[in-house]
Amino acid sequence: MIISAIITLKKDVLDPQGKVIHQTLDGMGFKDVNEIRQGKYFEIDVNENDPTKAKGIVEDMCKKLLANLVIENYKIIETQ
Amino acid sequence: MKSSVITFPGSNCDRDMDVALNKFGFKNKMVWHNDNELPKSDLVVLPGGFSYGDYLRCGSMASKSKIMHSVINFAKSGGLVMGICNGFQILVETGLLPGVLLRNKYLEFICKNIYVKIDNKQNPYFKNLDKDIFEFHIAHNEGNYFCTKDQLNEIKDNNQIAIYYCDKNGQTDEQYNPNGSTKNIAGIFNKEKNVLGMMPHPERMIDQSLSGEDGSLFFKNLINNLK
Repeated sequence: MIISAIITLKKDVLDPQGKVIHQTLDGMGFKDVNEIRQGKYFEIDVNENDPTKAKGIVEDMCKKLLANLVIENYKIIETQ
Repeated sequence: MKSSVITFPGSNCDRDMDVALNKFGFKNKMVWHNDNELPKSDLVVLPGGFSYGDYLRCGSMASKSKIMHSVINFAKSGGLVMGICNGFQILVETGLLPGVLLRNKYLEFICKNIYVKIDNKQNPYFKNLDKDIFEFHIAHNEGNYFCTKDQLNEIKDNNQIAIYYCDKNGQTDEQYNPNGSTKNIAGIFNKEKNVLGMMPHPERMIDQSLSGEDGSLFFKNLINNLK
């Protein structure tokens, strides 16, 4: 089954890319944006049909490689 | 004195480091990332470059490569491990050093000479150096040192800050911070001071006709400290 993981920067970590994207959108006329934070999205096809087990495997991947927990948080979503 | 430089796919300062180490008396061996065992070494160096194309996060893939098990065991048993630039990024990803290196604050690749100040010489890397301010070279896109408040308190309490960015007189004001690093930090130690990670490249400062001699002072002193 396919499990997704979303990695986002923690609140107090500076995100200069997000800031520049925000400024560019502002220049394009998108004036209703308060803040933009850029993150990463992974779709992982896990060879496991039990959703709890599959999510557990992806969570382990997030902790060990996909996210750096000093600066990032992760969220796991069952997509299929 | 024996040294080992690890080459990862995408390392590009490994041969410069080899030249520097050999020039000042180390018998250096190049070690491939996919090897299992380190040769007998007094110093292991993780060089600069763009290991694994900086995929995911700089240093994250290299930190999981085969040779790193052996490097981590070597460091945990008290062996000297030094990471320069991408090597520093790899060391924080292994957890041997606290914190992380983020994208430079102003989103630009920085390539220039800078000054750094050494505060603490109670360690095998800097003891006996007779000056505190060194001119080194930096070339990086992700050198913005970041750590949590708790980690910062801990590294301060344990004297783990190795070098600060400064001006030529040793002023460590924010205006001399090239990349947004917390507290102008350019390099840190682990608690035991046998593992050092720093963004500047001393191996690029070993020839007066090319750049400068401050790297020579560093390497000459380092090998004397290890003898």
